[in-house]
Amino acid sequence: MGKLLRRTFLIGSAAVAGGVAVGFYMYKTPYPNPLTADAGKGESVFNPFVKIAADNSVTVIVPRAEMGQGVVTTMAALVAEELDIELAEVKTEFAPAANVYYNRAMLEEGAPFQVFDNSFIAEMTRDIQGVVAKFLAMQATGGSSSTVDAFDRMRTSGAAARAMLIAAAADKWQVAAASLKTENGKVVDPALGRSIAYGDLVAAAATQQVPETVTLKDPADWRYLGKSQPRLDMVAKVTGKARFGVDVRLPDMLFATVRMNPRQGAKMTGIDASAAEKIPGVVKVVNLDTGYAVVADNTWTAFKAADLVKPQWAKAPYPETTEAIFASIDAALKAGGGFNMRNDGDAPDVIAAGTGKAISARYTAPYLAHATMEPMNATAQWTGGKLTVWSGNQAPTSIVTQAASVFGLYASDVTVHSTYLGGGFGRRFETDFSMLAARVAKETGGKPVQVTWTREEDMRHDMYRPGAICEAAAVVDGQGVPSVVFRTASQSPIASTFGRLAGAITPPGNDKTVVDGLWDQPYALANYRVTGIPVDLDIPVGFWRAVGHSHNPFFHESFMDEIAHSSGQDPLEMRLKLMQPYPAAVAAVQAVKDMSGWGTPLPAEDVKSRGRGVAFCLSFGTWVAQVVQVADTEDGIRIEKVWCAADFGTALDPKNLEAQMMSGIIFGLSSAMGQEITFADGAVEQGNFDSYDAMRMNQTPEIQVRVLQTSGKMGGAGEPGTPPSLPALANAIFAATGKRIRQLPLSKEITFA
Amino acid sequence: MDIKINGKTVSIEADPEMPLLWALRDIAGLTGTKFGCGIAMCGACTVLIDGEPVRSCSTALEDVSGEVTTIEALQGDDGALHAVQEAWIEQQVAQCGYCQSGQIMSAVALLANNSTPSDADIDDAMSGNLCRCGTYPRIRAAIHTAAKKLAEA
Repeated sequence: MGKLLRRTFLIGSAAVAGGVAVGFYMYKTPYPNPLTADAGKGESVFNPFVKIAADNSVTVIVPRAEMGQGVVTTMAALVAEELDIELAEVKTEFAPAANVYYNRAMLEEGAPFQVFDNSFIAEMTRDIQGVVAKFLAMQATGGSSSTVDAFDRMRTSGAAARAMLIAAAADKWQVAAASLKTENGKVVDPALGRSIAYGDLVAAAATQQVPETVTLKDPADWRYLGKSQPRLDMVAKVTGKARFGVDVRLPDMLFATVRMNPRQGAKMTGIDASAAEKIPGVVKVVNLDTGYAVVADNTWTAFKAADLVKPQWAKAPYPETTEAIFASIDAALKAGGGFNMRNDGDAPDVIAAGTGKAISARYTAPYLAHATMEPMNATAQWTGGKLTVWSGNQAPTSIVTQAASVFGLYASDVTVHSTYLGGGFGRRFETDFSMLAARVAKETGGKPVQVTWTREEDMRHDMYRPGAICEAAAVVDGQGVPSVVFRTASQSPIASTFGRLAGAITPPGNDKTVVDGLWDQPYALANYRVTGIPVDLDIPVGFWRAVGHSHNPFFHESFMDEIAHSSGQDPLEMRLKLMQPYPAAVAAVQAVKDMSGWGTPLPAEDVKSRGRGVAFCLSFGTWVAQVVQVADTEDGIRIEKVWCAADFGTALDPKNLEAQMMSGIIFGLSSAMGQEITFADGAVEQGNFDSYDAMRMNQTPEIQVRVLQTSGKMGGAGEPGTPPSLPALANAIFAATGKRIRQLPLSKEITFA
Repeated sequence: MDIKINGKTVSIEADPEMPLLWALRDIAGLTGTKFGCGIAMCGACTVLIDGEPVRSCSTALEDVSGEVTTIEALQGDDGALHAVQEAWIEQQVAQCGYCQSGQIMSAVALLANNSTPSDADIDDAMSGNLCRCGTYPRIRAAIHTAAKKLAEA
């Protein structure tokens, strides 16, 4: 009852969460089940997540995007665990765009509280965010939230379906439901030794009352969860059968490409398409106002013809060069202001008083592209005034909302089919590629059209990780405890992203992603101030794997390293000391200390020198420490080994979590080693992997991952591997060479082997 | 023009300058081979021509003289997977999976020429294949696993 009253109160005061004022009744009313209308023959729908057919096949509806993180398998395992079926035989489908699939955990993650803040106000706000998530009904994959969001919901869906199957068997046999059990796809009556397959019960079971409450299994009895499972999508992905957005094939389909103004957001002021229109196979050239599309009978013809179009582009609505852009960021930093996201004690005054060892540093990070392996693409078709979109995307309901707004449709007139994603990393949270396909399809007389971007188009029309500058200052007292001030300036990814979404309410208050990685770290410092300074520029920026946690930890953890070295402390031991009140942080740091042999001498006869660097970051609820070992060789810096300890609270699939950590590490190291998006004449200069590369096999270090489960609160996996990797590398280079690099990419100052 | 693809002669009506990749994907309906960069920098489009790994995005149809093998042909008609595919499953390599057709074709070519590749051999053969999910450690392990499987077969 306490819970219920509290929610009622919260709804009444929901103005804090963006003016959503809806009554308790509506919050409790479930969203309709989108599967009911389309159920196949002999298929029974138990809830929005589970269908069972008369042939015993079970289909789990996956409400999130599979972009490599293994979510298909974990979603199926959550249902299979409670439904009591063979996981390997579960079929999966990506969910349609529907409100019932909203992601509560993603918005909760966005609440302005540290993960370790369990105060009433923090918990209350997380609760509100969950309610708001339901009203905004954002079916989205982001914030490393899929499993956290699904943990109870998917298990409950499986358990509810199981209860309904048992109830149907109890009716049939006229026995008490409590006397029956289940056993791998069958309801069993132990008293009489009889059993019946789920498939034979589905018709009767699906009409049973949905149980008000279900009891979930004790984790000690888990059969799948907590244990590594073979990925359900693995066979399809090693046989070329997995269908990505770019693999959608439809009868009579056309193929197209787009070329938008490289000065993003600016108009196309003129176009001469005469040469392109003469190419055999070209169907038409479409004027898209800020660019154009070429429609053809195959993709390559569209690419070739697009090169022949002569457009005139208007100027960029932002400074034209990298230097001018960073001058704007620097000016914002110098102007001061901003918001204090953490302001413990009196750090500026302590630093001004100057009693103790004083240090200061200035760090920079560049704009970055996502560079997913699969370039942006989508397929669209208009039939009878209704729109169907096929795309690999992270936000199906946003596509519906956006299309409804742009084309003046009812949401029910827009259908989204989601495919596998050839990488997401936040890029496919956006709706631009789906919307461009919808606009091009308007011009193809009802034929479906697949719009594939070239790599260059993809690289030059991203929503970038914003460039940032951070100034840090500290004094260290006689006990080796610093008082610190961080001031970080960058564009706001939240403001930019929500500004692009039709009908979206930009969350009120400060964008915590500007300061994430600085303000939310588990260091017990009496004097600790973190100031975020949002910079107003019109370069489209968005969510790049780990978002604010992608660059701010480089600033924070590089500076902690500088503090340790300048005050004669071991950087790892200093972290253990300062993190003492946070056992999960201590456990992670202690683990990498043990794994890496921290403190033992490194032989260096075969190279110029070797060194180890440590870094820590708590992000998306997961506590991650890493040690990187580098060698300084004749060919440059070689990254030899990485040790990673990550505390997920509850680890549902350890082998997959290991893969996610390796992935995050390689993604982060790739950016640190050489990625940078630069601007000239208002356009992005990089176009392909020859100018924006990533780590290759020959550069890949040996990576060891230890999965911990001590924090008591489940954390995410897709992003948290990335944040510590960059500063751990920079700190290792300092240890090996004595060279402190304060700007990303590190290749501005050293060479990598 | 006629091109031998996966054991069958396929008649392709297209501009001879069209890269093989697009003929496979948009004309022959073989979508297992992927488009990643268009300039032979990422390896997602790797196929075999007479057993040698080739970037199909940068190989014009008119220059294709041998037999083309794509990911679709690795699995036998009886459904049996190639040892490299089995090793990929055993090591749970794929994440998003988009680059994996190209990775697997490069690995098949490597193992056909070198039955016991060293880590350095793997670096040489595989560094043209980009993976943004960072599956490299498991690709390396899977190639060693596949080498053992092929030796035992």
